[in-house]
Amino acid sequence: MVKDRYDIVVIGAGPAGSVAARYAAENGASVLMLERDREPGIPVRCAEGVSHNGIAPFIDIDKRWIASQIDVAKLTSPNGESAFMHNNGLGYVLERRIFDTALCALAAKHGARLITKADALDLIKENDKITGVKYRYMGETREVKCDIVIAADGTESRVGRWAGINTTVALRDIDTCVQYTLAGLDLKKDTCEFYFGNEVSPGGYIWIFPKSDSTANVGIGIAGHLSHEKGPKEYLDEFVAERFPNATITYTMYGGVPTAATLKEIVRDNIMLVGDAARQVNPITGGGVVQGMIAGSIAGKVAAEAVNQGQFDAKFLKKYRKEWDKTLGNTQKVMHSMKEKFLFMTDERFNNLVSYCKKIPSDKFSLKVLFTEAVKGDPKLMLDVAKSFVVSKIKLK
Amino acid sequence: MKVIHELCDICGTCVAVCPVDAITVSEFNVEIDNDICTNCLNCLKVCPAKAIVEGE
Repeated sequence: MVKDRYDIVVIGAGPAGSVAARYAAENGASVLMLERDREPGIPVRCAEGVSHNGIAPFIDIDKRWIASQIDVAKLTSPNGESAFMHNNGLGYVLERRIFDTALCALAAKHGARLITKADALDLIKENDKITGVKYRYMGETREVKCDIVIAADGTESRVGRWAGINTTVALRDIDTCVQYTLAGLDLKKDTCEFYFGNEVSPGGYIWIFPKSDSTANVGIGIAGHLSHEKGPKEYLDEFVAERFPNATITYTMYGGVPTAATLKEIVRDNIMLVGDAARQVNPITGGGVVQGMIAGSIAGKVAAEAVNQGQFDAKFLKKYRKEWDKTLGNTQKVMHSMKEKFLFMTDERFNNLVSYCKKIPSDKFSLKVLFTEAVKGDPKLMLDVAKSFVVSKIKLK
Repeated sequence: MKVIHELCDICGTCVAVCPVDAITVSEFNVEIDNDICTNCLNCLKVCPAKAIVEGE
């Protein structure tokens, strides 16, 4: 039986929301999750690539949600030259549909409740204070009261706006994306591939994440302000026609990835924003699953602490902000400055970068090496990049 | 602005770039409220499915 009052209501049951729910429940709070769709994880809007070190702290690795193991990254420059990276740690291509459900099950195991097909409509406010959530369930409008709302409602987040937070992303800080899941390919199952260049994918990149030796997520993200008449689908179709002329598309997906810094405001009285909704995404890779889980774990713990102490004001909830900045937020800021550099990179510069990387022994070639070389000529940014790799032991993506 | 529902994938990218909160997304639909919309064209530019056009 769903109650009409919980300590915490989490809106959105993606990785950020379900991890937040799990940690809040584990630390003693009563938690309800509202998921708009009929099942967590669908429709999948994700390239599904994550690092082992990123997800292992949050869930026991289970073959049911791993499509393939990735050991090698192949980077290809506009002139067709490739460099191979072998020591960036083990990665996986997930089955998000199963993965997201497993995370929800974990939250449920710790006592959180989930309602699917529950579409949040608005925040309930009394004297300007957030006291609950109005949502639609099976054609019926319902209300649930709570002390804290955790907004984990993704790129399309509106909950933050309802609380008065400016969540608008600039065009240059969103990647507009299309992805196909292709079948009938002949691939190396352990290698993910990245293609760069202003003719290939302006302000972004094309990725190939194999799900087996014959299927893969093949997608593109281009910077929002560079998408004109020719949008991401046109670029991707050109690439696929050349690289995989005989492929069959088994799934087409559209989506947007915020490539900004974390929002200025991610807490207010009685509300916290996590994951894509807070723009907690690596602005270079576009990876948001691990970022969301980390943010969710911090937010969930702080929310439970708030419940235990009966303090729900922004001043208390800012503990989450502080902890987030220390863990990843500050690194994300540096990555965002780097992304700005990448936006203006010429094809010649991409070619030189890959040529340089090719000369490094592949077991010494890492993202740190790549990024440091990429920002050469900008001493301040080089220092920031170096520092960010020291401070954050968390793997990218 | 107008959403061509046959093309829309309901991904919500448009919502993230809307400066005035004129766009609503549900499980089945995206709607733009033209009383609020300022015709800044942000949504049209980023829509990966090219499902947004000018007009009401």
